[in-house]
Formats: sequence, C-alpha cells, structure tokens
Amino acid sequence: MSELSGRTAVVGVGEDGVGLAVPGSTPLDLVARATRVALEDAGLALSDVDGLFTASAYYQLPGLDVAEYLGVRPRHTDSTAVGGSSFVSHVGHAAAAIAAGQCDVALVVYGSTQRSDSGRLVSQSEGSPHERPYRPRYPVTMYALAAARHMHQYGTTREQLAAVAVAARQWAQLNPAAFARDALTVDDVLSSRMVSSPLTVRDCCLVTDGGGALLLTSAERAADLRRPPVYLLGHGEAHWHRSITHMPDLTVTAAVDSGRRAFAQAGLTPADVDLLELYDAFTINPVLFLEDLGFCAKGEGGDLVASGAIAPGGRLPVNTNGGGLSYCHPGMYGIFALVEAVRQLRGEAGDRQVRGDVALVHGNGGVLSSQVTALLGTSPTR
Amino acid sequence: MADPTPAGDIGPSRYYFEALRAGRLVHQRCERCSSALFPPRVLCPVCSADALRWEPSAGAGTVYSASTLTPRDEDPYTVVLVDLDEGFRVMSVVEGTSAPLGARVRLTPQPVDGPAGDARLVAVVEGGTDE
Ligand SMILES: [Zn+2]
Repeated sequence: MSELSGRTAVVGVGEDGVGLAVPGSTPLDLVARATRVALEDAGLALSDVDGLFTASAYYQLPGLDVAEYLGVRPRHTDSTAVGGSSFVSHVGHAAAAIAAGQCDVALVVYGSTQRSDSGRLVSQSEGSPHERPYRPRYPVTMYALAAARHMHQYGTTREQLAAVAVAARQWAQLNPAAFARDALTVDDVLSSRMVSSPLTVRDCCLVTDGGGALLLTSAERAADLRRPPVYLLGHGEAHWHRSITHMPDLTVTAAVDSGRRAFAQAGLTPADVDLLELYDAFTINPVLFLEDLGFCAKGEGGDLVASGAIAPGGRLPVNTNGGGLSYCHPGMYGIFALVEAVRQLRGEAGDRQVRGDVALVHGNGGVLSSQVTALLGTSPTR
Repeated sequence: MADPTPAGDIGPSRYYFEALRAGRLVHQRCERCSSALFPPRVLCPVCSADALRWEPSAGAGTVYSASTLTPRDEDPYTVVLVDLDEGFRVMSVVEGTSAPLGARVRLTPQPVDGPAGDARLVAVVEGGTDE
C-alpha cells in the first residue's frame, strides 16, 4: 500500500445538462453549473478552489478558459489530455498535488454540448496519415477491429457483446436521469444498423450533452465537510499506443498495467471490489477491461458479461448509471463514471443502489489507448 | 513517376510516401536490433538506436483484423490490419466485404484520386490462411 492511499477524498460531485442541455448553452456554461452543484454538495465556495484539472475537445487551452469563466485563480493547473480517461487521470494527479502541498481543493471538471451541436464537433483527433486514406470511421472502426480480433481469437460472440448494451440499458431503466431508457434486447442490438462490423449502432455509446464536476481535498479537511468523504485508495495509469495500427495486441489493453498499479497502491485485489464503472464507449470495452483488470481470465470476458453478473442483481455490478451506452456520453465520459461511483459509495443512488464499500472506476481514452484505473472507498484504510 | 529522393536527404515520413507514390512499399529496419519498424521514424522504439535502413516489402501478409463498412450511398469496403511477412503491421483496405481474419493478402500501392497525387495500399485476398 502506497503512502498516497486514502490521503485524499472526493467531497463533492455535480452534473449539469446530462442528455440535452438548456438550448443555447456553451460547454463552459455546463462546466460552471456542474461546478456550482459540486460546491453546494461539498459546502465549499469557488474561493476555496486552488487547483484546476480539466480537458476539452472545444478549447485548446481549457485550463485558462475554465478558470477565467469561473473566476478562480488556481495555483495548480493540469490540462492533461489523454481522451475520455482524462478526468480519471486528473483525479490521480490532483491527489498527488494535494499530498505535495501544491493545492488544497482540486476541481476536476468537464462540459460538452456535443448533442446540441448535432455532432458538429465530434472529435478533435487528427488521425494518422497511415490510417486516414483507408477511411476507417473514427473511432468506431478502431474498436470494431479490436472486437473482431477478440471474436476470432476467443470465440466471443456478437450476442455476448450485445449483452453489455442490454445490461447497461437495464441499469438505465433504474436511473431517471439516464438519457436512453427504452427497452432493449439482444435481438434489438443485433438487428440494428451495422456501423462497422461487428458493431451495430447499439454497440456504440450515445451522443449527448453533459457536464460533470468533482472536488477533491485532503482526508483531514474532508472530515469537516458536508458529505461523507469518498477516499481515493489507489490510482494507476498506462498507455502503449495512439493509433490502432500500433496497438501491440488488439485483445490486451494497457489496463493490465493501470489496474495492477491501482491495486498495488490501494493494497487491494479484484475480490475486494463491490462495483465497477468501466468506460463503455463500445460494447467490447467492458469485456476487455474485465479481463485486463483481473476480474476473469483473458478470453472469458464474453461469458462473464453474458452471464448476468454485470446487470442489476448480478454479483459484479458494472456501469450502474447506465454507462456511456445508456446514461450519457458527451464526447468524453470519464468524469461521469467517477460521479456515479461516488454516489453509489455514499448510498445516494436510489433504485439502482448497490451495496458496497469499494468501487473501481476505469477510464479509457483514444482508441483503447490511455487506460486509467481508480479505486475509491468509504474508508481510508481497509 | 520519378524515383524518390535519396534517403537521408529528406525526413523518413516523406521518403516513405514518395516511395509509395512511385509504386514501392518500403519500411525501416533497425541496424542494431533488427526490428522491422513502421511507421517511418528516426529512432528505434525497441532499442533507441538511430541507425535505421530502408528495405523493400513484398507486400505479402496476413489479415490480423478486419471491419466492414457499409455506407448508404457507396459500395461496402473492409478496413484491414495486415501483418506483413517482413514483420510490421499496416492498415489497408479490401474492396468489398470479404477479408477473413488469418487470410493471406497482397498489398499494392495504388494512386488515390485527388490533387495531392497521394497513394495508398490496397489489399487483395489470396488463397489460404496462416492460422
Ligand atoms: Zn532497435
């Protein structure tokens, strides 16, 4: 167990415009409203915030834009951009900064109006000159290539992938805030429009608006605040490639490293985890992450997700808010996975509440590129 | 088409694309550790050596993965990742919907329509599989 384990805690969370924002909103409006909700949740004020952690597909220098809009003057700013996992990454960086005395109250925040913008700005990713001429559809074809390889190598089926989308929808049906709550069956997923084989449109995440914010401070200060602290017990990051062509093995992600690092820092094992929030941009993602994070052997992820274990009532609840597939996916999802884990650990999750003291949040960025794992818990020690 | 500029006079990425436009698929190999390298670079990511030589590729390889796209207003095409026999991996495309994983393919540089005079690798499925 590392000296960082349990030294910081999430003390406030907030969201705004999840699904569809107020018409005419800018991404920064969502950032500000989500921040306001998180501050209220924690019992803190903007004047308490001295560390800022943000990423954006809209703003080239998002730390500057967000600080100006909010009127904060951070002494520590981190705009690490590794895709949708950025915010899970920020939480680890914030914990280290707080432990080092670089800031006292860290704001991790994101906002996007991707749906209102009709997908005009879907991604800032430039694409490789060695891939663009072949016209893959970014990013779905890249994930489709990984899914096809996993199916070829391990016999994973389209039905098993569809089970991920169905489980996410079942969770979303328990969550009034989820964007997609209509009934969804495995057959519905299989018979939907094929986008990039083997993935149909129902194997792909939503395109929504949404803003999310999270406040982190020292465990000492957290004890005096409004809400029960949710401690950061472990954190790990890894990335091995940028382009899908150069992912060494399409069936193994760098979550192998990020997970191992997070568990080592926390002094925990997969058996200690009560619920998981796994970045599900596409249905293949949770299959790969469950394997790479040690919840089943390589190649057995398809069986695990189709067994019912990840759905409501299952032994291994995954994506309890409905995930990127059914809750929301405003370009980058990592912050929403964190917010849901905090709500679950505090016991605020309503009909979808699961019992648990330890949650694993896993962020994915790029094309299965950046992998970031965080372990959160209700107690600073085991 | 003119011969490419001699290697060493230009950056490796430009050298690669000039060769491709001239109808030749080339790749680098590390002089120290013998790793086949792609995409073009100035430093071996395996052993850090900067002595890299250009070698031709015969374009023969095996489909590592494939995904078929079926746009509403055009013919379907299949994006493939191909492991070349020389030991490096590239993205390519197969006209149509058939590119089984493990199938043997041959890659050929083909001109791309457009003012830039670019070229890309087109894959044709041959008989047999490697797996
Ligand atoms: Zn080398």
